[in-house]
Amino acid sequence: MEFFRSVNVDWLGKKWYFLAFSLIFSVSGIVSMAAHWSHPVGGVHSPVPLGVDFRGGTEVQVKFAQPPDISKIRSAIEAEGIRDAKIQNYNGSASNEVLISLPEQSNESSLDTGRQMVVNSLREHYANPFADSDVKVDVVGPTVGRQLEVKAIEATLLSLAGMLVYLWFRFQLIYGIAAVVACFHDTLITVGAFALLDSFGFKGMEISLTVIAAILTLVGYSMNDTIVVFDRIRENLRLSRRESLPDVVNRSINQTLSRTVLTSGLTFLTVLSLFVFGGPVLRGFSFALVVGILIGTYSSIAIAAPMLVAWQQWRAGSGRAVALPAAKRSRV
Amino acid sequence: MKKNLKQKIVIIIGVLFVFLYGAFFGFDAPKIGGGQPLLTQLTQHIHLGLDLQGGVHLILRVEVKEAVNTETDNTVARIEQDLKTAKLTYSQVTKPDPAHPEKIRVEGINPTQSSAVQSLLDSKYSNEYDVSSGSDNALTVTMKPNIEKALDDKTVQNTIEVIRDRVDTLGVSEPVIQQYGLGDNQILVELPGISDLDRVKTLIQSTARLEIHAVVGGPYPDEQAALASVGGTLPPDQEMVHGSGSMATGSDADSVYVLQRVAIVAGTDFRSADPGTDSNTGQRTVHFTLTNEAGDKFWDYTSANVGHSMAVVLGGRVKEVANIESAIRDSGEIRGSFSQDEVAVLSKMLRTGALPATLNYLEDRTVGASLGTDSIKQGVTAAVVGVLLVMVFMLIYYRGSGINADLALFLNLVILLGFMGFSGATLTLPGIAGVILTIGMGVDSNVLIFERIREEVRAGKAPSAAVDQGFAHAWTTIVDTHVTTIVSALILIIVGNGPVRGFAVTLTFGLLANLFTAVYVSRVIFDTHVNNLKPGELVSI
Repeated sequence: MEFFRSVNVDWLGKKWYFLAFSLIFSVSGIVSMAAHWSHPVGGVHSPVPLGVDFRGGTEVQVKFAQPPDISKIRSAIEAEGIRDAKIQNYNGSASNEVLISLPEQSNESSLDTGRQMVVNSLREHYANPFADSDVKVDVVGPTVGRQLEVKAIEATLLSLAGMLVYLWFRFQLIYGIAAVVACFHDTLITVGAFALLDSFGFKGMEISLTVIAAILTLVGYSMNDTIVVFDRIRENLRLSRRESLPDVVNRSINQTLSRTVLTSGLTFLTVLSLFVFGGPVLRGFSFALVVGILIGTYSSIAIAAPMLVAWQQWRAGSGRAVALPAAKRSRV
Repeated sequence: MKKNLKQKIVIIIGVLFVFLYGAFFGFDAPKIGGGQPLLTQLTQHIHLGLDLQGGVHLILRVEVKEAVNTETDNTVARIEQDLKTAKLTYSQVTKPDPAHPEKIRVEGINPTQSSAVQSLLDSKYSNEYDVSSGSDNALTVTMKPNIEKALDDKTVQNTIEVIRDRVDTLGVSEPVIQQYGLGDNQILVELPGISDLDRVKTLIQSTARLEIHAVVGGPYPDEQAALASVGGTLPPDQEMVHGSGSMATGSDADSVYVLQRVAIVAGTDFRSADPGTDSNTGQRTVHFTLTNEAGDKFWDYTSANVGHSMAVVLGGRVKEVANIESAIRDSGEIRGSFSQDEVAVLSKMLRTGALPATLNYLEDRTVGASLGTDSIKQGVTAAVVGVLLVMVFMLIYYRGSGINADLALFLNLVILLGFMGFSGATLTLPGIAGVILTIGMGVDSNVLIFERIREEVRAGKAPSAAVDQGFAHAWTTIVDTHVTTIVSALILIIVGNGPVRGFAVTLTFGLLANLFTAVYVSRVIFDTHVNNLKPGELVSI
């Protein structure tokens, strides 16, 4: 069985469409992020809907023995004096699970009172039993949330820098830059998708720590995809020095297209099954991967490879050396 | 060639067995036939994170300033003593700024003696403090930053020790109690399998002050009766303390005692304590030993007060009232209405001492065990479905070579599990993300190789040459993609914390395994296949 025997598409000729597509999604992502920023949730400005890990606050997830009644839960909690709680069904109505979120406690010494009040009020005023082992609580103070955010961003940027250096060493600096720009583009659009969904009223997709892991996964995946194409470009540049760079790039993309579609398709299959069967804990995580794999595959062809050509044309225009040097080494 | 191939197959089977062993037994000796199902063995050696198996996760901040405060309080007293001994005049030694307990001011120094004061303080305190002269006849004594830092670290380390000892009483199998890297003076506590957060917090935070006071009178049924016994007003050196009346009267009713305010034995006077049971009554007891100094004090008191009674006060409640039958020096037994937990915790606390500073909770998370199990069930179902779909597709698309890819993928997962078993690394939800990327890249390596072999076959090469060339070309790409990702994963391991690191660890293991399975194993299977081809037959790809 074979899907693509010999493809001959002029990918670079479509670069303006690609650019338009990327711009539309990046810009709408950025606009949604700006919109989200200007509507602070609980007094906290953030460009994307943040999960409790980063936002801080209290989340109590309870699995009841019988189907829960949200309005009764609300009155039970309000009887204890908690006013601004957000209560929602979780994991589908059949699961009897409810998620109760309280806004952030700015005072760290009283961090835990919300949890105690919620659990106690449910035990006292709501006749629907639950065991200790059916409760999940996240209480995150403002200090830790902020530290986690800084650390996660720092780690991601450093790992991108590490990849850039490796690609510089193995290929050329411009390859490294193009690959990192493509990864950055993917991250922006994926994170933007969270804000975009939120602006369109699909609430509940939040950036949590597991979503950060998903974003790291997509960076790794996108990088992998880009390197496969770059590797072919390097190989083809070595074999046929007379061919123009755009032709080489087009040919390389076409030659690896079969592999690209297969790998992305298969990985997409795995991730889609996570999205469908993984339950609500993995929902945000698998959503980021579903978007990320599509965008990551696209960006290797539509962003990274055209960047190499654009760079070469710019060098030619400014009267410097024309040829894109293949690479420093031929074989491992 | 053939002999070489056989050798390689032996190596592969050997690796498979080593990692299978690792997944099921780690570094332990195998216990086959011990009645444990293999699945239990597997879950025992693959450590699951709290998000998957349930448990309590806490981040605490140690208020280290308090320890600095205590230290400088002592120094203030010493400076006053030294100045008095040297007959140097001063008006007061204070700590002007509560937010900066490391600063001490010596004020109102006689101008003619200022250099004498300075040289005295310099000679005695310059190891730990910077002494600088200020305006208006005052000197500032500031704790050196490196000394303060060392004190902070010591406080955090002591707190970790105390918490560890206390948590041990819970019988948690693998508690994590360590300094938390993200912020200053933070401690991470992770207790798998525990879902009662309140109990944990009480245990960790309890200051459990145990003291022995002299009894003035009691028990009385209520405070009025107690007050009446001392003539209506409580003298300043006495206090009223509640307690249960059971040990005196046999009843459980709340009763009130009047005690001397200053304790005969305070919480810091205990040297050791052990839980026990009275052999006659079956009552729970705590056997204690006092420090030498406190023992002398206790001896003096008890020998002067034979026939009087003492009250054991725990956490502000009278736990026991005992008659002094004879003088006691440094060891004794506390008997009272304790629960088994209380006795264990009490002896622990007397032994480990109090926390050196207050703790504040910055984050606490509890995952109920059954909710954790739910999420692992869903995650595993999803992963298995995903992997099976991929395997079926590879079989259809690459026919014979699909078996090859599926075997490599399977072996990859076995090696990954084995790695986890050997290393004791923890598998978390983000870790599963790492596994997914590993599967993705594992499939990708095979696809790269297969597509390349197809290209070569199409170009008219003979099977063995096509396989050769396919692997040679794909190898460069595979190395580049893997090394790039491993480089970034290593950076994540170094700078990342908890979840990010969990992701990077499984990813690194997975990719290393993949280099072996996708390239070495896959190659061996191909070579075997090509060797068995009849002349003119094509590679099944």
